[in-house]
Amino acid sequence: MSIDLKTIKHISKLSRISVDEKKAEKLAGDLNSIFDFIEKLNELKTDNVEPLTSVAETTLKLRSDEVKSKNLRDQVIKNSPKENEDYFVVPKVIE
Amino acid sequence: MSDITKQSLSELVENIKGKKLSSSEVAKAFVERSEKSKELNAYITEDYANALNKAKKFDEKPNLDLKLPGIPMAVKDLFCTRDLRTTAGSKILNNFVPTYESTVTQNIWNEGAILMGKLNCDEFAMGSSNETSFFGNVQNPIDKNLVPGGSSGGSSSAVAAQLTPITIGTDTGGSIRQPASFTGTVGLKPTYGSCSRYGIVAFASSLDQAGPMAQNVKDCALLQEVISTYDEKDSTSIDFKRNEYSKELTKDIKGKKIGIPKEYRVDGMPKEIEDLWKKGIEYAKDCGAEIIDISLPHTNYALPTYYIVAPAEASSNLARYDGVKYGFRAEGENLIDMYEKTRSEGFGAEVQRRIMIGTYVLSSGYYDAYYLKAQKVRKLIKNDFDDAYKKVDAILTPSTPSSAFKIGEKTNDPVSMYLNDIFTVPVNLAGLPGISIPAGHDAKGYPLGLQIIGKAFDEQNILNIAYAMEEKINFQNNIHDWWIK
Repeated sequence: MSIDLKTIKHISKLSRISVDEKKAEKLAGDLNSIFDFIEKLNELKTDNVEPLTSVAETTLKLRSDEVKSKNLRDQVIKNSPKENEDYFVVPKVIE
Repeated sequence: MSDITKQSLSELVENIKGKKLSSSEVAKAFVERSEKSKELNAYITEDYANALNKAKKFDEKPNLDLKLPGIPMAVKDLFCTRDLRTTAGSKILNNFVPTYESTVTQNIWNEGAILMGKLNCDEFAMGSSNETSFFGNVQNPIDKNLVPGGSSGGSSSAVAAQLTPITIGTDTGGSIRQPASFTGTVGLKPTYGSCSRYGIVAFASSLDQAGPMAQNVKDCALLQEVISTYDEKDSTSIDFKRNEYSKELTKDIKGKKIGIPKEYRVDGMPKEIEDLWKKGIEYAKDCGAEIIDISLPHTNYALPTYYIVAPAEASSNLARYDGVKYGFRAEGENLIDMYEKTRSEGFGAEVQRRIMIGTYVLSSGYYDAYYLKAQKVRKLIKNDFDDAYKKVDAILTPSTPSSAFKIGEKTNDPVSMYLNDIFTVPVNLAGLPGISIPAGHDAKGYPLGLQIIGKAFDEQNILNIAYAMEEKINFQNNIHDWWIK
């Protein structure tokens, strides 16, 4: 298998990480060597194996639906890179 | 007392409780040594003035019933600390000041310990050498230009150099045990679900665990006892009966069955590691343990599995860094452009690489071939351990396939860097506890570690085995303070 530059561009779009040509070439090389290594898994037959999603063999606990923390607006907004009163500010989305 | 920083945590606790030392004296000693040790680059954020103030306050009204009375401590910068910057070693969180505290650190402060600062780590804990940190690499106190391991490299360096009596790290694929092994210190990765993940910057949520890093097994047991609590704020926290690990610690391991997995004898393993392992087996026998050969047939598939599962979870966890709500933002022409520039400029190369791998294996058309396949192999790996534990109580392996390497030696070859975690990764995939203890030196005089892997929730047993073996090994770390001018 080989990951080409077109695929890198596609993944970069999905990841929301911009890559220029130089970075794309470096990433293609790295990812190809990593996937060569990962391909080893194809040696194993796993048709009848149940996938393991979590090692914590417990069912999720239910809790009552109570508000435990209140008035966190200032704390929530405190680290925002740009704010305007009570809002997070982003570049204009609707023309 | 002039040699305060040479004392172990247990000694310091005893001396503070016995009123032979005050918290202020102890804090001052560790702060002064930390200040003289800037060349190690172990700290990202120092909080010395606050620490000294808190120590003074503690001394005014000391509560000596606490488990960590007035003990100063620096922690890995992956734990959110209220009102103190938490970066995860990343530019993207360079200015992030949490408004809440992680459960694990809260547990530590509740027992009387005092925060001295935040320790360097690989960016988002992704690395095995601390070289991916935005804040620069960390020196291993063992030798100049030697990596301290990773991702908890600031933690391992700080404990080995006695800048902090004890610390906590996090371990997703070996990030506590490998740096412990590289610095001649002790590191425990607890069972998945033992320590709360609340307030820890997430990397791979099905694998991440916090754990203690210490100079000896007893200190490690004491800190584990403090940090391991059930927490309803972490939905995968498990409500099981937790021991008072330090009180129940015993060197009596007579009759314990210890498994030796033949698959860990990997191709190209240096003879020094093979010899260390043989010596470890002899130490375990000397302690009265019974040695049994076992097989973990899917060991060779653990790393490829890990490098699908961990990046997949990381790509999802790190989607939150978008420059909108907190952290670094790069301005863009529109919203999408802002996201893309923020993430491209805010994340380092290794983190971007892993997000890309993760995005790819989860993307349409590849999910079954990679992610689902990896989850199935993960099941086989866990089954191997389940089968082995029908015959044995614990498993003994080397911690790493080599001793610490030079800074820059492996940075250009991601796969050779990943191979560092070959003995530690299976333990995370199966959710088991594992402890690394220093067990010898290689020809260069660098420390080498042995790993003891336990059954789920059986931390006490591996701590006991480590405690018994520690006495037989009688390891001495060769640290000569070369960085102190």
